[in-house]
Amino acid sequence: MSDYTKMWTDLGLDNDNHNALLEALGGAYQSIYMAQEKRAKGMEYFDFVMSEAHGLRIKELCDEKEAGKKIIGSFCVFVPEEMVLAAGCTAVGLCSGADFAQEEVEQVIPRNTCSLIKSFFGFKLGKVCPYMEVADLIVGENTCDGKKKSFETFKDLVPNFYQMDLPQTKTPESKQMLKQEFMKFIQQLEEMTGNKVTFEGLKQGIASVNAKRKALHRLSSLRAANPSPVSGLDALLINQVSFLDNIDRFTENVNAICDHIELDIKENKGVKEANLPRIVISGCPMAVPNWKLPSVIESSGAVIVGEESCIGERGLRNLTDDSATTLDGLIDAIVDRYFQIDCAVFTPNNERVDHIQEMVEKYNADGVIHYGLQFCQPYIMESFSVEKQLEKKGIPVLRIETDYSQEDLGQLSTRVEAFVEMIK
Amino acid sequence: MKCAGIDIGSRSIELVVIENGQQIVSRQTESGHNPVERIKELISDVSFDKIMATGYGRSIAEVTFDFSTVTEIKAYGVGAASLYPGIRGVLDIGGQDTKVISLNEKGKVLKFEMNDKCAAGTGKFLEMMATSLGYTSETIGESALLGNKGIEINSMCAVFAESEVTSLMAKGCHRNDIALAIHQSVCKRAIGMIRRQNMNFPLMFAGGVANNVCMVHLLKEAVGPDIIVPESPQFVGAYGAAILAGEN
Ligand code: SF4
Ligand code: SF4
Repeated sequence: MSDYTKMWTDLGLDNDNHNALLEALGGAYQSIYMAQEKRAKGMEYFDFVMSEAHGLRIKELCDEKEAGKKIIGSFCVFVPEEMVLAAGCTAVGLCSGADFAQEEVEQVIPRNTCSLIKSFFGFKLGKVCPYMEVADLIVGENTCDGKKKSFETFKDLVPNFYQMDLPQTKTPESKQMLKQEFMKFIQQLEEMTGNKVTFEGLKQGIASVNAKRKALHRLSSLRAANPSPVSGLDALLINQVSFLDNIDRFTENVNAICDHIELDIKENKGVKEANLPRIVISGCPMAVPNWKLPSVIESSGAVIVGEESCIGERGLRNLTDDSATTLDGLIDAIVDRYFQIDCAVFTPNNERVDHIQEMVEKYNADGVIHYGLQFCQPYIMESFSVEKQLEKKGIPVLRIETDYSQEDLGQLSTRVEAFVEMIK
Repeated sequence: MKCAGIDIGSRSIELVVIENGQQIVSRQTESGHNPVERIKELISDVSFDKIMATGYGRSIAEVTFDFSTVTEIKAYGVGAASLYPGIRGVLDIGGQDTKVISLNEKGKVLKFEMNDKCAAGTGKFLEMMATSLGYTSETIGESALLGNKGIEINSMCAVFAESEVTSLMAKGCHRNDIALAIHQSVCKRAIGMIRRQNMNFPLMFAGGVANNVCMVHLLKEAVGPDIIVPESPQFVGAYGAAILAGEN
């Protein structure tokens, strides 16, 4: 492995803190990922990207910057990657899946804030996230109150913060507003890059992002097989890597692993025993390296067959229609696609339950584990009605509320194991 | 065949051995600081063909003794259904957690909820309150039954509740009345869980706190008489595990 210390220092990372984070990450990866008994062929690529997430990948991004490209970081799947690509930029997700520098964080935002928000503050204050430091623009979206209000503080910590407003309802007026916000975003991209977002550029952007989505849809549908041809942990990892990796290379490798998996399915081979209890996870996003709940589930003798999450199907559902013949038509198609995202910050948000049910049917799941981050109002609020409605349809549900700490591992395992015993 | 079940809780460990449907051994010890030693002592002079561990510490038993394990949820469900066929739910208030378990006609778990982030509403909470009032966990229930209603304890956090208790005593409230208020607050929490899960009756009240007469009284007062308290409420989990050991 090359020595990236100089690159990290130049980016402004705190070396001691950063080493501590890398060590923790590496440890978790070993004990959770490498400890899996069998893994799908083709995972080596994603292991490699993860192992180089702070190394080679950052080097690539630095090189892109050198060549004049801009890097756009975002927290939420509402930021249209098609537009980022059309403006000649690269999109990266700012993952925020681990606690860091908690004491400092709690000096600037309240203790009872969700782990995800605390995490991106921690990454910034602890100077440990190279993606945050390499980004030329950090897009913050007005989604939940936690994010929206914490951005008022966060924007003073990062010099390149851009706020994107988002609607909270699905009326025609809200859609209009989303379009305006997307237009403003295009303008911002154009101003900072000097590039114009053109019809051809946007069409190309749509093609790239759709290709990525299609590859991931393909992977999702292969997970319907029994025995499971890929672990839930690995599928989650692939989804997580999609926020970091070069998009076209990523798509190619997802398709490659799907090729392997298809062969395995033909030979009735799986990475898990046949007929294990099958679970769909639904709820808050699971950013790297937040593997706690999936690892508890899969070490309790169950297999995860789908994630109804932003790092999962909520973020990927629906392609962008590319049939329009004008720039404005393509923009409308993008607005259409993003407006359908069934995030819990919207009210009402009834489509989400339907989608969960569809996933349960499609992947032959035996139950749903609803994953809510502590203090996440939108998802925890919604979890009650989600639970009720699914149970009415005869789908068992376990509601979990947790955070990024490891303290509740014991209780979490008991709940999950009992749920697995129950649906067996 | 002799089948053993061992329930390794945070406060106590219970062992049950059954043979031909009869309990031939049932014994209990404190978990202490070294549960592995305690388990060894507990099983040292007992013979059995199969064993299954349950409870908070089941994984210690799995790692150390290679016992099979089952969660306390399933163990309580199976134990309750076998002791009282037709039972439709279990409320278990133990030393460190509270759970409610809904069962179908055959005793299969339909749904469960656990409450265990802290001592709130558990046996540990009652024990701490008993100490600050000068009772023991064995005597606080009876004294509380003598108390008058009217006081309210608002805090579920053991630390805050303790200071509430102190200030009530300073105000001259009778300690029986305070004890009753403490039971009411624990009971309210359990009832909340029962209602939220829309549970069917009859309901078994199990776990160490089911030995507390005031809790049983308040619970019946709130949800009706269809509450069954088994003879040895702490042993239901170990008993269920013993049955499951036999099926394994
Ligand atoms: S859950 Fe909602 S706010 Fe969070 S990333 Fe997804 S779409 Fe954005
Ligand atoms: S997890 Fe919930 S509270 Fe946290 S940022 Fe997402 S929507 Fe907001």
